[in-house]
Amino acid sequence: MKRVTIDPITRLEGHGKIEIFLNDQGEVANAYLQIPELRGFERFCVGRPVEEMPNLTARICGVCPEAHHMAATKALDAVFHVDPPATAKKLRELFYSIFFATDHTTHFYALGGPDFVVGPDAPKAERNILGVINKVGLEIGGQVIKMRHVGHNLIQLMGGRRVHPNWGLPGGVSRGITEEERREIEAAGREAVEFAKFSLQLFDKIVLKNSEYVALITGDVYVQKTYYMGTVDANNHVNFYDGMIRVVGPDGKEHAKYHPKDYRDYVAERVEPWSYLKFPYLKKVGWKGFVDGPDSGVYQATPLSRLNASDGMATPLAQKEWQRFYEVLGGRPVHHTLATHWARLIELLYATERWVELASDPSITGKDFRVLPKEKPTEGVGCVEAPRGTLTHHYVTDERGLVVKANLIVGTTNNNASICMAVRRAAQKLIKGGQIREGLLNRVEMAFRSYDPCFGCATHSLPGQMPLEVVIRNSSGEVVERLSQYLD
Amino acid sequence: MSETQGKGKLALYWAASCGGCEIAVLAIDEKILEVAKHFDIVFWPCATDGKVRDVEKMEDGSIDVCLFNGGIRTSEQEYMARLLRRKSKVLVAFGSCATEGCIPGLANLSNREEIFETVYEETPSTENPQHIVPQHETEVPEGKLYLPVFYDTVFTLDQVVPVDYYLPGCPPEAERIWDAIVAILEGKLPPKGSVIGANTTVCDECPRKRTEKKIKKFYRTWEIIPDEETCLLEQGIICCGVATRAGCGARCPRVNSPCIGCYGPNTDVIDYGARLMAALASVIDSNDPQEIEKIIQDGIPDPVGTFYRFSLAHSLLRRKRKLIAAAAGGK
Repeated sequence: MKRVTIDPITRLEGHGKIEIFLNDQGEVANAYLQIPELRGFERFCVGRPVEEMPNLTARICGVCPEAHHMAATKALDAVFHVDPPATAKKLRELFYSIFFATDHTTHFYALGGPDFVVGPDAPKAERNILGVINKVGLEIGGQVIKMRHVGHNLIQLMGGRRVHPNWGLPGGVSRGITEEERREIEAAGREAVEFAKFSLQLFDKIVLKNSEYVALITGDVYVQKTYYMGTVDANNHVNFYDGMIRVVGPDGKEHAKYHPKDYRDYVAERVEPWSYLKFPYLKKVGWKGFVDGPDSGVYQATPLSRLNASDGMATPLAQKEWQRFYEVLGGRPVHHTLATHWARLIELLYATERWVELASDPSITGKDFRVLPKEKPTEGVGCVEAPRGTLTHHYVTDERGLVVKANLIVGTTNNNASICMAVRRAAQKLIKGGQIREGLLNRVEMAFRSYDPCFGCATHSLPGQMPLEVVIRNSSGEVVERLSQYLD
Repeated sequence: MSETQGKGKLALYWAASCGGCEIAVLAIDEKILEVAKHFDIVFWPCATDGKVRDVEKMEDGSIDVCLFNGGIRTSEQEYMARLLRRKSKVLVAFGSCATEGCIPGLANLSNREEIFETVYEETPSTENPQHIVPQHETEVPEGKLYLPVFYDTVFTLDQVVPVDYYLPGCPPEAERIWDAIVAILEGKLPPKGSVIGANTTVCDECPRKRTEKKIKKFYRTWEIIPDEETCLLEQGIICCGVATRAGCGARCPRVNSPCIGCYGPNTDVIDYGARLMAALASVIDSNDPQEIEKIIQDGIPDPVGTFYRFSLAHSLLRRKRKLIAAAAGGK
């Protein structure tokens, strides 16, 4: 049996490794995504004062610390049985919308977008943000950098720091905003909406008007008929900051809708000996292995999942795009994982619209951004949508507010089984008779990349390029061939 | 590094870290082009082509500067630390994890077995009736799969290999990263073993009003709404600024949150936690041992997490000590 190792950052650096086994006929027998690292936050958070959790758990991931900070802060509300004032909730959601817009921008232009904007078969040296800038023009490249820069600066203005904010407290936030700051945030938000609209136009022009790309998206390589998870508001519209968790089946029908505090009734996690990262699945459906379909508890929690699990978007422009998305792709749910990139841009538009809505609300400068809890701390769950999936923090404390139990199910982890399956399917479709088709590497990488996997939330992976190489070994482990996307 | 010498060679690497250091490097924005003008980036796995075997082939000492972030927790990370030390003229411990262990260093309050037990057995959503834990080597139907060995202890970079300079912060602020790059470019580096950065404390950068500190009670952050102008420590909130190196611009106190100490100790301080303890002890307004004990017990229920939040792995304590069977009476 031949072994193909695809290691995003080469064999020894291991922040995520893919092993593909070929049988004697040269067909793909199986594929494994291995996560070779663990840090054990669930253990060492025990004994810590629970109010430390927003700052400690932010260090799970420096790419999306805002998501952990916010999930932890909401868990603190629950632990202390305190309902933050309306101003606090608005401030938190505003901060979170700015974060989402910044993060989704990074992914589309630096990581996911290059495959489409520059082309899936373009030389690797061009398939990066610089290639995108070459294709779309320097002015737009400048806008991308500006969008990120402004987003990070506003995150710092509100939360204290560009990376690892220090802001969330049970019952609110540590500081509000002034009228002058509100105006600055609102003005930046209006520009961000224009940027998001432009990004969707760009996607339309470059991807949707190109029949080859449309065939790639709607073809049979990148398909997973799983359950989908996302947070929805009272109207079943997508929400990133708060709401009920809704899960729909592969047929699009509602499987469950539950309060985040009840997550244990719906989600369980499986352990495999060959990965440090656990495999969540839907408890009521059960674990049936790495397979899709209605009988398998495997689910996805991605931008595509959130759209699939919703009945629409809460802002007008994003709602129009949501409708168009399902018109073009033939109704809900969409099972084509590459459509996740499009879904991400629709979420970007929603995040920017919500940013403006909240920043134009004059009451957001109110001084009631915090109340002190009155009850003793006990137990609580906090949930938000991280850009890469539903994020759950759960703490139990003693009466002094020291953590006695912590549980974390993070964005990318939700998709662990699904990513494994996506990679296996791409490999099975592309590797035939032992022949590694040219372009295989990037095509397999694309299966992986639509999830925007952030193993910072497991180990780590960054917006940027993801170097890949394939090592083919014979049955005794000797390297018989080595392929790389890089000319060196 | 003068123009006549041509471009320098720069490497950036991440070990057990969160990726925030990489984001911080990217936050120098357009100045990254300036870096590219002076350096060939020969190895940066997250952003450019990065192949370990290419680094292995390089001559020893052929990389001019390596910025290494993240602590050392697995066999792979240790291998990379040793390899990059050998290949680099100047090795910089970049960020809190590489410098002092950071938050992941709190894992040294437990060991591998305990961490595995919690993560793979005890967490409430885990269903693991067969008690499976990840293995270094696993036999699957198609062949064998390998995972790196997970160590008992988190190590800082200088506990594994000699380090030339330190750039603290979780993560280092973009402005301080740029200062360090300029110092490297101009050859104006401090003596080896130094921290590249300020030699004052966060208090010196903090705009809050300070008078005399007299504390009768330490408040947890959820017990009090501090005013936005007075020193937080004077208001009874444990703000670590008094023991923490400057460099961030006192960003957390500016949003009415206490400094949590991510920039680590100042020069000549051997143990950050001991320094912070001494500083806090001096502001307690009591001479009565019983009262003092009550002030401490009520206000600081987790001393190790409070004083060694970022620095446990590099402290004099380093980790929770193991009970030696012989010392426990042969049991």
